[in-house]
Amino acid sequence: MSTLTKKPAPERAAGADRPGRAPGTRGPRLAPGRPRRFGKALGPVVLVALWSAGSAAGLIEPRLLSPPWTVVATAGDLIADGRLQGHLAASAQRALLGLVFGTAAGLLLAVAAGLSRIGEGLIDGPVQMKRALPSLALVPLLVLWFGIGETMKVVTVALAVFVPVYIHTHNGLRTIDSRYVELSETVRLSRRRFVRHVVLPGALPGFLLGMRFAVTAAWLALVVVEQVNATSGLGYMMELARTYGQTEIIIVGLVVYGLLGLLSDGLVRYTERRVLSWRRTLAN
Amino acid sequence: MATDTRELSAAGRGRAAVRIRGLERSFGPRKILDGLELDIAPGEFVALLGRSGSGKSTLLRALAGLDHDVTGKGVPDAPDDVSVVFQDARLLPWKPVLDNVVLGLDGPGARERGRAALAEVGLAERESAWPVELSGGEQQRVSLARSLVREPRLLLADEPFGALDALTRIRMHELLRKLCAAHRPAVLLVTHDVDEAIELADRVVVLEQGRLIADLPSVTDGPPRPGTPEHAALRGELLARLGLGAAAASKREEVLV
Ligand SMILES: Nc1ncnc2c1ncn2[C@@H]1O[C@H](COP(=O)(O)OP(=O)(O)OP(=O)(O)O)[C@@H](O)[C@H]1O
Ligand SMILES: [Mg+2]
Repeated sequence: MSTLTKKPAPERAAGADRPGRAPGTRGPRLAPGRPRRFGKALGPVVLVALWSAGSAAGLIEPRLLSPPWTVVATAGDLIADGRLQGHLAASAQRALLGLVFGTAAGLLLAVAAGLSRIGEGLIDGPVQMKRALPSLALVPLLVLWFGIGETMKVVTVALAVFVPVYIHTHNGLRTIDSRYVELSETVRLSRRRFVRHVVLPGALPGFLLGMRFAVTAAWLALVVVEQVNATSGLGYMMELARTYGQTEIIIVGLVVYGLLGLLSDGLVRYTERRVLSWRRTLAN
Repeated sequence: MATDTRELSAAGRGRAAVRIRGLERSFGPRKILDGLELDIAPGEFVALLGRSGSGKSTLLRALAGLDHDVTGKGVPDAPDDVSVVFQDARLLPWKPVLDNVVLGLDGPGARERGRAALAEVGLAERESAWPVELSGGEQQRVSLARSLVREPRLLLADEPFGALDALTRIRMHELLRKLCAAHRPAVLLVTHDVDEAIELADRVVVLEQGRLIADLPSVTDGPPRPGTPEHAALRGELLARLGLGAAAASKREEVLV
């Protein structure tokens, strides 16, 4: 009963001497807020927790999905006898070579198509057609042309990589503000300087977006070629495990693919943050 | 006094910095400029007034050599070293301030000259900032520095202060007047603001129906003297030419009383 008669503390009601929020301690109202440390790890951790719980409770059939601890032990064995590193090195080499050649081709074609009408007429159509073809559909033809060796694999990866690099760089080039082109004319930039100071930096955001798709595309194409025709590489390791019913090795391979994808995307994003520091966007 | 200085500059002009005769420009069937004539002496500051859509920007673009998507007759006789200050500051967002100022300049001394130009507009210590880190007025000052570092014989400005608040505009007026006095380029300034035109220019011209329908010497030479009868009369005259007769008359009464 006495609580009823108790008055609220006057100063708290008035709020006059409540310590004010220092400016900058609160995020903007519409942006997603400050990035949290390890915030990106939240989703994967929850997934692994569910997987462990399911396996421990016997809800998940080990033959279909091995429990996490078996997968970890298998990964340990594979690393101990050097098999995982060997396959990883073989795959990484193919991915890297394909990425280098594919990126160079995509970039060159995009600049050629972006800077001249003739280039655009020649290049854009065929690339759009290639875009509609899945990498897998080209493998038989590439095998005929290049055999089943490394060349065929690198070419397949490069073909998968160059499409997103081309599309996004070309788009970046075409959407450069015409006002900057006018400015370049009034300060009398030579064509070479115009490309170097206006065109390339203006298309850089598009190019980097293309690179993010490209690294994922590289690993995807790799899975395809290594499972079709290979005697080394992560895809081969998994394909072999399938024939022997070794679920845990398949899962090790999948996890490694996932980590590689995450790692390469992180690298591109890190580069993005470094070289695009002049931008103010929602993300930062 | 005012006339004296103008005579002096007229005497000093070997030949006009800008000479336009019979200029025509059309977008499709619409004639925007129709037989326009204009001379600007070296070092002369001309303000260009006109209704929205009267073709002020079209004229400026013709002078800057930016009229690619327009048909017409006549090429303005303008110097090669023209520099443009756009309505938006138009800085390349991916280049720091100093690199924007010296964009396209050659030579070892270029960056030093860029720094000097930045100092002139009071932004010496911001040379390595990104354009997004500057306020609107600061960006416009950088764009002014970019124009002046080229030491143009002709400075074209298309409503350069349109987006600025009144206080910043006043500061920019002072700055522009000071810089023009120091570098002596011929200037063609497009503006919507009659007072701005009177304050800054030696001569005010009005564009209407493709031609200049008025070409009046500004009463103010050096520091403006608003409130004087000459100022009010010129203001009223210009407003009348812009089709604001009644408003002009009442304003004039106000000032004269
Ligand atoms: N690219 C274009 N295509 C077609 N018409 C155009 C184009 N640019 C300008 N015009 C037309 O030409 C006329 C003159 O345009 P301009 O931009 O020179 O006007 P302005 O005097 O600068 O107007 P404002 O004061 O509003 O800037 C306008 O009626 C406009 O609609
Ligand atoms: Mg205009």
